Amino acid sequence: MKAKIRKTQVVVETTHSDGGRKPKAPTRKAVAIAVIENPYAGKFFQRLKLLEDIGEELGGYLGKMCVDALGIAPEDAESFGKAAIVGEAGEWEHAAAILHPRLGAPLRKAVKQGASLVPSSKKLGGPGARIDVPLGHKDAAYVRSHFDAIEAGLPDAPRANEIVVCVAVTDSGRPHPRVGGLQVKDVEGKDGLR
Amino acid sequence: MDDSRSIRDIQTSAAGDFGELVKVRKFVVHVEETLHEFGPPADPPQLKGYIAAVTANPYAGQYVEDLMPLMAALKPLGLSMAQRLIDAMGGVDKIVAYGKSALVGENGELEHAALWHEPGGYGMRELIQPSKAIVPSTKKVGGPGRPLDVPLAHVNAAYVRSHFDCIECSIPDAPRADEIVWVQAMATGPRIYDRAGGLAASDVQGEDGLR
Repeated sequence: MKAKIRKTQVVVETTHSDGGRKPKAPTRKAVAIAVIENPYAGKFFQRLKLLEDIGEELGGYLGKMCVDALGIAPEDAESFGKAAIVGEAGEWEHAAAILHPRLGAPLRKAVKQGASLVPSSKKLGGPGARIDVPLGHKDAAYVRSHFDAIEAGLPDAPRANEIVVCVAVTDSGRPHPRVGGLQVKDVEGKDGLR
Repeated sequence: MDDSRSIRDIQTSAAGDFGELVKVRKFVVHVEETLHEFGPPADPPQLKGYIAAVTANPYAGQYVEDLMPLMAALKPLGLSMAQRLIDAMGGVDKIVAYGKSALVGENGELEHAALWHEPGGYGMRELIQPSKAIVPSTKKVGGPGRPLDVPLAHVNAAYVRSHFDCIECSIPDAPRADEIVWVQAMATGPRIYDRAGGLAASDVQGEDGLR
């Protein structure tokens, strides 16, 4: 791997009750993290190709970690998201170079398939920084029941020369969706929106 | 916090009164201007900002099946917030990216945050034209001071890579257990050192909200 990984973490959050009510089935969100060395820390580099390569590696790697942790078949994944926290010797754009050019395609493979844009967030931060990873339905971005987020982070990362890369996958929407909008049963799944 | 406190007991000023269901305790307007990030000076500097409204949660402490009345009641708030943020950021012509989020206090339910999808987005899209792209969002339940990351994306084409961005919002005294923090965020430009390729803002076709 091109990514130099110091540690990984995967968290599965299962909601058995919300608002004092049981959902039909518990809802589950997973988020996988890789803490990697930032090859461009401490200096301004015009080209960020190595981070694009790393993004491509981690899209599949972290996507599979989530699917495995949920114990589901890839096609049973319902929503996804991605995020990065860059340590202080790095640059805001480093998060973009990991997340946007090439992370999405292997992630879509890991969750079979996903026509939607993968929602994202990014920030700079020190050890213990946390980030809200946005979640959206993998085939139709306007499915309202699946708009959500999961918070991720580690106490000891990112160090100044590190980046925390996060991928989130769920097998469900929110526990009690009732705010209308596009429903899963009405998804056409062609344009990634509806 | 006393669970028995009713939204009917909440008093607020005229500027914070959006009807029976929407009482604002405070607004927070935050604008940051980035001049450099250890490379060349930003040209032009990027403004990123958010507006947050802290309101009483009329459904706190109980399970209410029909949430639609609050969704409808939030519409004027969404529009008013968007206008305030646009004014703080130099006018509607400057705005090129947007996002929205909500943070529900501990006596509420995650689903309450989802009520922001229509009014939060509508308020900005009504004022910012054209705005065909989906408004990216996050939501969670948390206590006072909990940071909330608001994703940002291009207002007219979701795939414009230079405009994927994010801003963190936190309010030390909100949300109280019976409150909700509603957030809208905007930016006046791409990330200052955008060089991750992809669809450029100059190549947007502007038909489908994606490209």
